[in-house]
Amino acid sequence: MERKTKINAEDGRQDLVITREFDLPVDLLFRAYTEPEIVEQWMGTKVLKLENQQHGGYQFETSNAEGTVVFRANGCIHEFVPEKRITRTFEMENAPLGIQLEFLEFEPLSEDTSRLIMQVVYRSEKHRAEQLKLPFSYGVNMAHDRLEQIVSKLK
Amino acid sequence: MNLRRDVFQAIADPTRRAILLLVAAQSMTAGAIAANFDTARPTVSKHLQILTECELLQQEQQGREIYYHFNPKKMKEVADFIEPFRKMWDDRFNKLEAIMKKYKSKK
Repeated sequence: MERKTKINAEDGRQDLVITREFDLPVDLLFRAYTEPEIVEQWMGTKVLKLENQQHGGYQFETSNAEGTVVFRANGCIHEFVPEKRITRTFEMENAPLGIQLEFLEFEPLSEDTSRLIMQVVYRSEKHRAEQLKLPFSYGVNMAHDRLEQIVSKLK
Repeated sequence: MNLRRDVFQAIADPTRRAILLLVAAQSMTAGAIAANFDTARPTVSKHLQILTECELLQQEQQGREIYYHFNPKKMKEVADFIEPFRKMWDDRFNKLEAIMKKYKSKK
């Protein structure tokens, strides 16, 4: 079964909604967000800090082969309800995107399937446009390719 | 890259979006377009210039008049701009799903 990721970015709004159905029970989907070793694998970044609790925070960092940091992100966790919801901020450091507010809702669909609904709120419509354009930009594509290489080497 | 940035700037403005909708329905002269807005004529001209520069609109000389046409091909390109972002998340989630299949549910 193909489970495609959907993005809903309505005109004139400063948020977007990412929806994805998984061939996984909701507890495994949730675990993918809470265990640092697992987050590292699918996000392709190093997890420096991940405090799964209200008032907790997290920090991600990615370095290239030469050891130069190419990506850093951090955020605060506001709500943490196991297998249900994570509300957190997200900030990509040294990027013109501003700080985002993320609402992650984890829902069971059946015993073996689940859905993630992620609403991302940006400071303005313009900030959202910057984010959407980002994967277009050469530099990010390069970084992404490099990430893929690093990840495939880990396997 | 510059061109692309212009397209996004072009559609970020509500007046320019309204102009695109108007012209998409029917090719029009600058005067006819301006008549639909309270905005000053030079402002509308500026909007038309931006939309033309980034190829969302095309000009065509008909006698003494210049008509503006909508360029659906360029608009399609803009509609597709979300696709790389979606693909990035789809790849990530595919990876997540593949990794988690190796784990056992506690239920």
